[in-house]
Amino acid sequence: MSVIRVEDLTFCYNGIDVISDVTFAVDEGAYLGLVGPNGSGKSTLIKNILGILPAARGRIELFGEPLGVFRRWDKIGYLPQRLSALNAHFPGTVEEIVQMGLRRRDARDLQNTLDKMAIGHLAKRLIGELSYGEQQRAMLARALIRRPELLIFDEPTTALDPETRDVFYALTRSLNQEEGTTIVLITHDSGVIGQYAQYLLYLDKKIIFSGTFRDFCASRDMAGVFGPESQHIICHQHDGTGSRL
Amino acid sequence: MDLIEILQYSFVQRALLAGVLIAAVSALLGLFLVLRRFSLIGDGLAHTTFGSVAVVLLVGVSPLYVTVAAVPLVMLSSLAIYKLTSSRKINADAAIGIVSSLGIAAGVVLASLSGGFNVDLFSYLFGNILTVNQAELLVSLLVFVIVLAVVIYFYDDLFAVTFDQELAQSMGVKTRRINVMLFVLTAVAAVLAMKVAGIMLVSALLILPALAALQLSVSFRKTMVAAVGFAVGAVLCGILFAFALNLPAGAMIVLFNIGFLFAVFVVKKLSHWRR
Repeated sequence: MSVIRVEDLTFCYNGIDVISDVTFAVDEGAYLGLVGPNGSGKSTLIKNILGILPAARGRIELFGEPLGVFRRWDKIGYLPQRLSALNAHFPGTVEEIVQMGLRRRDARDLQNTLDKMAIGHLAKRLIGELSYGEQQRAMLARALIRRPELLIFDEPTTALDPETRDVFYALTRSLNQEEGTTIVLITHDSGVIGQYAQYLLYLDKKIIFSGTFRDFCASRDMAGVFGPESQHIICHQHDGTGSRL
Repeated sequence: MDLIEILQYSFVQRALLAGVLIAAVSALLGLFLVLRRFSLIGDGLAHTTFGSVAVVLLVGVSPLYVTVAAVPLVMLSSLAIYKLTSSRKINADAAIGIVSSLGIAAGVVLASLSGGFNVDLFSYLFGNILTVNQAELLVSLLVFVIVLAVVIYFYDDLFAVTFDQELAQSMGVKTRRINVMLFVLTAVAAVLAMKVAGIMLVSALLILPALAALQLSVSFRKTMVAAVGFAVGAVLCGILFAFALNLPAGAMIVLFNIGFLFAVFVVKKLSHWRR
């Protein structure tokens, strides 16, 4: 079953197409890397899928239901690139933020999730008092504690130190492979994403490539689009397929 | 005149009770507004209240019910601010400015056209909690119960929308419904707060208790309780001191609110300095 299905999606801002005619699907249990240059419409596409921005045209389905009637938001965990307007004086503690919107609140579950993100000692601290990296880890914990079936991360590792970044990627792999969680990860880290994601969607206002990493790395068309060097950078850590380039 | 004697006057009892209810409502809503960067909405709605009172007086509503009758027009103004803001083409401060100036301008023109009202329109500028009537007290109680019920029932949604609207949307929170509810309730609170502090000082009742509570740097729930505590304390002290010293109650309430904010700020600075 497709967890996400997008057909002919177009989003306009002030009359200009930000993304146009995007069609793709993400199957249950897939790990998709969504890459593309700055301003290519990656975050906009995710916001369309989540209903945050209304699309001008096209059809979106989540878990087989049209977006307009979809109600099972507890199945989805989302980590935005940057909180749109985090007020430094917001009086929410880390535990309040992480448990936001949870129907059942379990103290042990909370502590385990915070410990996994190495912020167990920050539970009672206000979110605004934390460094950006710590805030990002708190937001990751918020996405994970809901045990969603679909996790969408928008540039999740930009503020993380290399160690926490590796822990994060390992965590996404274990969630995907051991628990079957579907993952969509937007990243500029195209050299690393190949280690984890099985599928790649390259967006630059429209879809440039959509398929498996193996297909991407073997594609002479893509070598023509990106140049063999860039294709090699994206592929060199993925199961050896790209190493032959 | 001692405190026991003051408390025996029925108009003082009504003023204290209505004041406490309106202050609690304003403080609860004010916290969400301050954190959403809508601090000045109180000012904007107070100005439209001026215009709405002029309309209500012009159509001949009894002065006893002016406050209650002005509510629908102020609600519409509040929703207009929300609509302008959510179009993303006008910033919140500019939207408040548009609706606010329309309210004042309409009020002045209507006052001029009518050739004067039976009651002094300009008396609403400074309010007088000691003149609260039975109807206004009942409305204050009703609004308090509604706001409390809304905050308790929609606490998670209000928290999420206040923290980050887009994140709340991704959680399935009906952000539009929550925003409309917040703006409508704020309109009612602004009209009632006008009775306590006057049009000129409505925003003080919405902003100052929340700001004082935010200085405490405690959790969201504790901040809400603290904001209500500061607001209620300021109303009680303000009314009693105003009555005892024959000073305007609205201004005294606002001065106590500012005093609490200043005191919390100083204590916080001192505790940082000692560490």
